[in-house]
Amino acid sequence: MRDCWARPVGDCLETLLAVKNLNVAYRSADGSTQVAVENASCEIGAGEVLGLMGESGCGKTSIALALLGLLGAEQAQVSGSIQFRGKELLTMGEREMREIRGSGISMVFQEPGIALNPVMRVREQVAEVIHAHKQMSWEKCQEEAQSALVRVGLPDTPRIFSAYPHQLSGGQRQRVTLAQALACEPALVIADEPTAAVDARSQQELLRLLQQLQREMGIAILMISHSAEVQARLADRLMVMERGRIVEQGRFEELYRRPSHPCTRAMLRAPMAADDAEELDFATVT
Amino acid sequence: MKVESNLNSGRTEPLLRVTGLSQQFVQRRTLSRSKFTVNAFSDVDLALFAGRTLALVGESGAGKSSLARCVALLDQPTAGKIELEGRDLLALGRKALIPIHGQIQMIFQDPTSAMNPSRSAGEIIAEPLVVQGEGTKAQRRERALHLMEQVGLDPRSEGKRPFEFSGGQRQRLAIARGLALGPRVLIFDEVLSNLDALNQSLILRLLADLQRSHSLAYLHVSHDLRLVSEFADDVALMCEGQIVEQQDARKLFESPKHSYTRDLLATVQSVDSILLERSA
Repeated sequence: MRDCWARPVGDCLETLLAVKNLNVAYRSADGSTQVAVENASCEIGAGEVLGLMGESGCGKTSIALALLGLLGAEQAQVSGSIQFRGKELLTMGEREMREIRGSGISMVFQEPGIALNPVMRVREQVAEVIHAHKQMSWEKCQEEAQSALVRVGLPDTPRIFSAYPHQLSGGQRQRVTLAQALACEPALVIADEPTAAVDARSQQELLRLLQQLQREMGIAILMISHSAEVQARLADRLMVMERGRIVEQGRFEELYRRPSHPCTRAMLRAPMAADDAEELDFATVT
Repeated sequence: MKVESNLNSGRTEPLLRVTGLSQQFVQRRTLSRSKFTVNAFSDVDLALFAGRTLALVGESGAGKSSLARCVALLDQPTAGKIELEGRDLLALGRKALIPIHGQIQMIFQDPTSAMNPSRSAGEIIAEPLVVQGEGTKAQRRERALHLMEQVGLDPRSEGKRPFEFSGGQRQRLAIARGLALGPRVLIFDEVLSNLDALNQSLILRLLADLQRSHSLAYLHVSHDLRLVSEFADDVALMCEGQIVEQQDARKLFESPKHSYTRDLLATVQSVDSILLERSA
């Protein structure tokens, strides 16, 4: 592993998030534990996009959930250190953590259909996020919510603002979750396969939008995606995981041109050597 | 908008032929008696050949899945014909259709929701055999173990439940179940879209091997044109319920005729061209 690339690109970037030796192990009903993340270390600079790739089940989402403090003690053992703006998140109390979620670190989920409340109008769902973090009247929050919805490229009409999620298309719904995530102008957004559930055209539009907002607002993004094309468009650096471990990280283009781990090569669809394929095939089946 | 199908020029008779197939859904307006019809798809012609893959491509809502379900005999079309080796399947009664279901099998996008979570892998694979009343219990188990091996699963995990497998393994399990009755036509509905790049290429390789050894005819529904270019022999492009272009895959990617196809192809960008765009 190229350790020098474990740090953000360029020394001028201020470190926003530093993860050191993170371990996540899920508890199962019979008392045994299942290791999901092993000794993961990485850093994200302010305004930087870090891509995260890996097979299904390799621990990508577990890292995301650990960063947000969403893994309860009864559910999983989490150890190591996660520092956000110099503050340790793993030992932080629930009240303080709640302040960070949404306004410091927020998340965009894969399935907007599941992430949104089906019986609440979308403007209210976005206003809720703002209301939780800012001392403002509900009416003012609703106004802010409208401008957040317009910012993500939704048309400025009452038809959209007062719509229920099922009245919107998949692409529009994903924009609503994006508006929620960006409403309080967080420093870091974790995007977990944000474009997997939409078709090619909406995918392109969403990525352009994400890129544009990221630049305008100077947000850092942890981009979890299987797609090499998605990573190529957004990621400054890339991190590849295999079975709970980070096997390689570095500048995206560097990894794409000269992948050193077979898993990276497979994920980025660089031409695969025959024996690599066989080795990986064996690994997935057993 | 109908296009001349040039798939069967100079080739043997198709295994499965679909002609003029249409499906309408009748819906009622909320709190009203007035009804209106929605055309899921209309006047579709397709031909599937043994040993070849026809990709059905289109954006969400184009009617791909509705069409695939009708071809798999899971839904009733409103009009048209589906012929398996010249035999009109829609004219058959329910009883006569039961053995036909074994010949045409469908594999779905989300294997988790397509399986009974409380059954073991072995039971799930053997279930179609139970339904069709084939073999003794021991024979069915033997067949299930053989199928697991064929799709690259360890037969020793026959007792595991679906949730104990990874996404890629679960899709292999679904494929094994699809193969249980020895079908000749397999219909895939976005079976790769929930998988990562590595599992996608492994599953594609498995499908190609199975097709070669069993000379299966595939109808593969997908919205991912980049993947389609890797596996398809022929491509049918669907837009708003109609097939707008049907072509040999290589010809379609080299010189698309329809403007919709060109639009769709323009959304596919390689990593190299994206990187070039970014550095500019």
